Amino acid sequence: MSVAVAPQQPSATERPAARLRAGRSRQDLVPALLFLLPAAFGFVTFYAWPALRTFYLSFTDYSLLAPPEWVGVQNYAEVLGDRRFWKSLTVTLEYVVINIGVQTVVALALAVLMHRLTKSTLIRGVLLLPYLVANVVVALVWYTMLDAQLGIVNSGLELVGLDPVAFFGETSTAIPTIALVNVWRHMGYTALLIFAGLQSIPSSVYEAAAIDGASEWRIFWRITMPLLRPVLVLVLVLTVIGSFQIFDTVAVTTKGGPIDSTRVIYYYIYEKAFQQFDFGYAAALCVVLFVILAGVALAQVKILRAGDSDLD
Amino acid sequence: MKKTLRLAAAAALLPLAVGACGSGDARSGQADGELTYWLWDSNQVPAYQACATAFEAENPGTKIKIEQFGWADYWNKITTGLVAGNAPDVFVNHLNYYPTFAAKNQILPIDEQVEEAGISTDVYPEGLADVWVSQDGKRYGLPKDFDTIGIFYNKDLLAEAGVDESTLADLTWNPEDGGTYEDLIAHLTVDANGVRGDEPGFDKSKVEVYGLGLDENNGAGVGQQIWSMYALSTGWQFTDENPWGSEFQYDDPRFQATIAWFKGLIDKGYMPDLATSRAGVSVNDAFGAGKYALSTNGSWMIGSYFGYDGVDVGVAPVPVGPSGERATIFNGVADSIYAGTDDKEGAWKWVEHLASADCQKKVAEAAVVFPSLPEALEVAEEEFAAKGVDVSAFTLPIEEGATHLYPITDHAPEIAAIMGPAMDAVLAGEADASSLTEANEQVNALFQ
Repeated sequence: MSVAVAPQQPSATERPAARLRAGRSRQDLVPALLFLLPAAFGFVTFYAWPALRTFYLSFTDYSLLAPPEWVGVQNYAEVLGDRRFWKSLTVTLEYVVINIGVQTVVALALAVLMHRLTKSTLIRGVLLLPYLVANVVVALVWYTMLDAQLGIVNSGLELVGLDPVAFFGETSTAIPTIALVNVWRHMGYTALLIFAGLQSIPSSVYEAAAIDGASEWRIFWRITMPLLRPVLVLVLVLTVIGSFQIFDTVAVTTKGGPIDSTRVIYYYIYEKAFQQFDFGYAAALCVVLFVILAGVALAQVKILRAGDSDLD
Repeated sequence: MKKTLRLAAAAALLPLAVGACGSGDARSGQADGELTYWLWDSNQVPAYQACATAFEAENPGTKIKIEQFGWADYWNKITTGLVAGNAPDVFVNHLNYYPTFAAKNQILPIDEQVEEAGISTDVYPEGLADVWVSQDGKRYGLPKDFDTIGIFYNKDLLAEAGVDESTLADLTWNPEDGGTYEDLIAHLTVDANGVRGDEPGFDKSKVEVYGLGLDENNGAGVGQQIWSMYALSTGWQFTDENPWGSEFQYDDPRFQATIAWFKGLIDKGYMPDLATSRAGVSVNDAFGAGKYALSTNGSWMIGSYFGYDGVDVGVAPVPVGPSGERATIFNGVADSIYAGTDDKEGAWKWVEHLASADCQKKVAEAAVVFPSLPEALEVAEEEFAAKGVDVSAFTLPIEEGATHLYPITDHAPEIAAIMGPAMDAVLAGEADASSLTEANEQVNALFQ
């Protein structure tokens, strides 16, 4: 376009600038590629290639020690009829609903309190502390603290006259317990993400509301929530996907039991692949999970109108 | 904004979603003259390091590099190592895993070498050497050490109950009323008011000390330290033949009666329920905290049970069952040679050294496991005794010929995946012991 206009309106100042820009971008290309190379290498080696190979293996019968054998869509047919797969999916869903539901509300409350009530960096730091402890350590510490016979939590319950609860051992309480343990670990971090979003809301809006005499409650629902929505959606997309990946807490505590009550989908995949060496089937489970997660993420972005901001 | 977000979401999704599906394992290549040796029990590393030092002195130019990984990582690392072609030259193998490795030609048979070296397998306790001969009739290992099951007991809790320790050797058990074994368990159970399980007014909802502990591990279809010693003492067997059976017998009335009795202990308040046992602390730690008077476990747990401060511990043999005999699983490990090793000859020499009386006596001195070689076992018994541990309860079933082999079959991991939840369901009270007939059908379908 600019080339076509150029002969008629030769601008002495524009043309060298354009040339300079073009020249610079060509100059930048090589270093840019060099900077991208390590990340690209990592992505291709550790994500793209394994993902493609997983896709291929999902059509094979593969037990590691013999070469993969092509079986077509047999694994997928088996997945659909696999009672334990559906069970693991509902267990995972139960975990995600409890985990994300509680975590989002708690994190939002903490973020708003940090935003409206205190500017103390010490409190912000303290809130983040659980997140700095490794998942496995958090899981094992809670596992011990919540033991039915020797755990400190149950000693407390008994002091106030309640019966001990086998939090991790009961089929009905195991998943909620795991979900809440992870809420405890992640709430500070999630609150910080939301807090960052809150800071992008101009203070003039709040000042106007204050002049109009709006209550804090009304300010939250009429100003904070609408203006926070895009950030909240991004946080939700990321935390929901992360939540679906629940594995480590289960692996070091309940190991899928009692019965099938905590056999979440990633633990089931792990069992199939690394304990039963049924890699073809495990790969098919991975692909199915990938499709589900992609669908969940796209639905979230669509339904919650992530791209639109109410700040105009 | 909309596009970028969507793109960001998609980009964020891809690696996250495939994250758990890829796996890599890389180890540096082996230097010439160096043999890598893997084992999973960290307690045994010093003893085997001593064996390696002696071996290196006898074989100049050969170096042994010992590496240890915990049980949970061990088999993943071995398997990925076999696939990547860089598995350790020699590694400790288990009866659950070696059949697959042998069938896929990943480990080397050692029949010729054993014959050439003039090693007699008759010296081992009966059956222990046979399990390392695979379905193809070839030998894949020499038994190194073994384990059996016993009953750990808290001496103070027994004294409080007025139970004479010496009577524990004469316990009998049956699936109908549990015999004198259940009488003992009931008597050792104490509720919050100090009422014992065999006394009127016992409150099973407020138990302070359980007579018998329940393992935090899911015993799946083997129940090695959990229920196998009862079931096997009825005359029941896991499979039609062992090793290499192809038909499991979880539908047998004797087996199901045993499991029903076992679950009955929970209902009576003599044993913690499944939820409590799985809620966080291991059975041995709860025993160490004085919550259980008795706890059945394997000889490999001696170190843990005897390691609690202020707890005076003894070991009794498992009870005599309806068959008129005791029963315990008799399990062992052996060293296997990786088929892809650069130095087959050196690897065999090392395996031969590991199985030798010299090395096994060094292992015995550490008093961690029971060596298979009788002369080394004697050393171990003395060393255990020096530590204040009388291990005769573990060796008595061997002298009585009351040992049973670990069920060695194909499909072990798949069987565990079926039987684990099925046994859980029975112990949790969500299914009857008769539901195991259906699980048995699923298990046997694997062999068709």
